Amino acid sequence: MKKWLKSAFALAIGGTSLLWSGMVQAVEIEYWQYTYASRVEAIDKLIQNFEAANPGVTVKHTHFPYADYRKKVAIAVSAGDGPDVVQLYYGWLNDYREGGLIQPLSSSAFPHATIERDFFPMVGTMKVEGEYWGLPTAVRSLALFWNKDMFAEAGLSGPPETLDEMVDYAKKLTKKDADGNYLSVGFAVDTDGQDHHWWREVLIRLYGGQPYSEDGKKVNYTTDAGAKALKYVTDFEAVHKVGANGFMNRGQDAFAAGKAGMVLDGSFRISKFVKQDGLNFAISELPGHNGNRYNFSSYWVNGISSKAEGEKKAAAEKFLQYLTSDEAMQLWLDTVGELPAKPAVALVDANKTHPLYGPFIRGLSYANATAFVSEKPQRQSLIDAYDMVVLQGADPAAALKKVAKAEQEVFDEFFDN
Amino acid sequence: MTDFWNRLTIGQKLAITAWLFLAIPLVFYITIRFYPTFEAFYVSTLKWNLLGAKKAIGFKNYIKIFADEDFWLVLWNTIKYALVGVPVSMLIAFVIAYWLNEIHFGHDMIRAMYFIPFLTTAVAMAWVWRWFYQPLPIGYFNIMLSWMGMPQQPFLKSVTQALYAIMAPAVWAGLGFQIVIFIAGIRAIPRSYFEAAEIDGAGRWQILREITLPALKPTMIFLTVVSTIGFLRIFDQVYTMSADSAGGPLNSTKPLVLMIYEFAFDEFKLGRASALTVILFMILLVVSLVQLWLMRKHK
Repeated sequence: MKKWLKSAFALAIGGTSLLWSGMVQAVEIEYWQYTYASRVEAIDKLIQNFEAANPGVTVKHTHFPYADYRKKVAIAVSAGDGPDVVQLYYGWLNDYREGGLIQPLSSSAFPHATIERDFFPMVGTMKVEGEYWGLPTAVRSLALFWNKDMFAEAGLSGPPETLDEMVDYAKKLTKKDADGNYLSVGFAVDTDGQDHHWWREVLIRLYGGQPYSEDGKKVNYTTDAGAKALKYVTDFEAVHKVGANGFMNRGQDAFAAGKAGMVLDGSFRISKFVKQDGLNFAISELPGHNGNRYNFSSYWVNGISSKAEGEKKAAAEKFLQYLTSDEAMQLWLDTVGELPAKPAVALVDANKTHPLYGPFIRGLSYANATAFVSEKPQRQSLIDAYDMVVLQGADPAAALKKVAKAEQEVFDEFFDN
Repeated sequence: MTDFWNRLTIGQKLAITAWLFLAIPLVFYITIRFYPTFEAFYVSTLKWNLLGAKKAIGFKNYIKIFADEDFWLVLWNTIKYALVGVPVSMLIAFVIAYWLNEIHFGHDMIRAMYFIPFLTTAVAMAWVWRWFYQPLPIGYFNIMLSWMGMPQQPFLKSVTQALYAIMAPAVWAGLGFQIVIFIAGIRAIPRSYFEAAEIDGAGRWQILREITLPALKPTMIFLTVVSTIGFLRIFDQVYTMSADSAGGPLNSTKPLVLMIYEFAFDEFKLGRASALTVILFMILLVVSLVQLWLMRKHK
C-alpha cells in the first residue's frame, strides 16, 4: 500500500514537472506587419510551416493599416510592448535604429560573411556601424506596365525601349475630348507613387548624374543631370500634355481602369492588375537612354525589436532565419509577387523568364537602392519640385535648388548627431 | 469611520458627497487634460525622439520654428482658414436660420438636413469631397462644370484653390450647428420688440438691422469664438483631402495641427511638435480671452 502511494506520488510530481517544463518551453513571439492581403496570407503560411518545424514556439501575427504602422510600432516598443520580430521599410532603418526600436542581429545567428555571400549587394544598406539590423525576405524593383489593348489601338507593337520612345508612345496613347480634357492618358504620372524613385535613381543616372554624394551625406542633384531628369518627368504634364499627376486619383487606379497607356510600378502591383477584369497588360523593363539602363530597388526587412530578450530573442532569431530562407523567399514570390532577396533563388531561369516577374528580376541586376535618411521628407523633394514646375511654371533647376536646400537640412540634422 | 461620518453635520455630509462626485471629472481633467498640457510645455524645451534620451535644449525649438519659413506659411494658412471660414460660414448660417425661422412647412426636416453633416464623420465626408474634386472623367464638380460648358478646374491640385476647396466641406459640416444656435438666438428675442417695431411702422430691413442683429450679438460672439477655434484646429479634412496627406500642393493647405502631427509622428521630433503645440495653445488662449472680454463688456 505504502509503496503504491509512493510511486503514485512520484508519478504525480513527475507528470506535473513534465507539464511545467512543457509550458516553459512554449515560447510565444509576436510578429507585426501592415495589412496587405497577400502579405498577410504569406506570413500566415510561413508561420504555419515554422510552427510545424519548431514545436514549442508559437508566433502571434498582428497586422494593422499602413497609415498607423510606424506610430504604433514606435509607441508599443517604447512602452516595452509590441512585436519581437517586426517588418520595416529599409528607408526607415535609421529612424528605427536611432529610436532604439530594433537591436542588431547577432553575428552568431546571422554571420556577416553568409549574408554578404547570399544576398543581393543592395542589402548592404542594412549594415550600419558594423552590424546588420535587418534582413529582407524579398526585394522590389520597378518596371513599366503597359496596356496591350491601348497599344494595339495606337498601332504600337511593343513597349518603348528608350526615354524618347516613351514620350513618343505616350503622345500616341493619349485621348482627349473636344475641350482638351483627358479621356485617357499616355503615361500616368504619379509623384505620390513610385515616380520619385524613378527620378532619383533612374532618370538622374540615365542623364549622367548621381542623386547623392558617395558618402550619402550631401544632396547632389542640383546639376544639369538632375534638372534634365526633372524636366523629363514634368514635361509629360507641362509640355507634351500626355498625362496629369493624380489623374483618376492615383496612377495605379488610372491604369487599372484602362485609362492609362503606361504606368511605372513595382511587382507587388501585379496581383492588383491581374484581378482587374478586362485589363490586358504586359510588363517590360524600364526604358533606357544612350544604351544605359538603371533601376531602383527597395525592400522591406524583418528586424528583431529591442524588446526581445532571452528565450524570446532565441525564438525570434529562429523565426527570422526561417523568414530569410530560400523556401520562404519562393513562397513570398508566389504569394505576394515580390522578388527573392538572394540571387540563388531569384535568378533561376523559371523566374528570370517569367512573363510577369521576369522584367523586375532582370532589372535587379542594374538596380540601386537609395540610402534614405528619412524617406518621407526626401520623397517630398520630388513632389514639391514637380509642383513648382508644373503648377507654378518654375524652372526645373531653380525648383531643385529650393528642394535640395530642405533635403540637405534633413541630412545635416541627421548626421549632426 | 462610521463614527467620523456620524459626527458630521448635514452640511458637511452634503459637501463631502458633492466633492466625491466632482472628484471624477476633476481626476479626469487633471490626469488626462492638465497634466499632459503642462508636460507639453516641458517637452517643448527638449530634443526628444519619443524613445531615446531627452536632451534639454532650452528655447532652441522655438528659435528653429520661427526661423523656418514653412512655419510662417503654415501659420498664415491656419489664419486663412479662420479668417475666411468663420465669416463665410456665419453669414450663410445666419441667412439660412433667418429664413428657416420664417417658414413652418417642412421646417424640422430642412433643419435636420442641415444638421446631418455636423453629425457625419469628418474623414468619411472629406473622402467623398475628395472624389467630387477629381479631374474629368470622374470628378463630380468638373463633370458639372463641363456640362455647363465651363473649363475644368484643378481644385485640390492648385496652389491657389486647394485651401478653399478643403475649407468648403468644413464650412458645410459646421453649418448645421451654427444654424441651430442662430435659430435659438432669434427665438429668444422677445416678440414684443418686433410687435412694437411693426406698430411704429418699421420695415423688415429696419427690424433686422435695428432689433434682430443687435439682439443676436451674444450669439454671434459665441459662434465666432467656437468656430474660430474650430477652424484654427482644422486637421481631418486637410489630412484626408490633400495628396499624400501632406497639406500640399507645396504646403499651400497645411494648417498648424497637421504640421504638429508631422513633426511628432512622421519625424518623431517630439520637442519641436510640443513647441508648436504651445504656440497654438497661446493663439487659442488669446482668442478665448478676447471672447471673455467682449462678453463682459456686453453685460
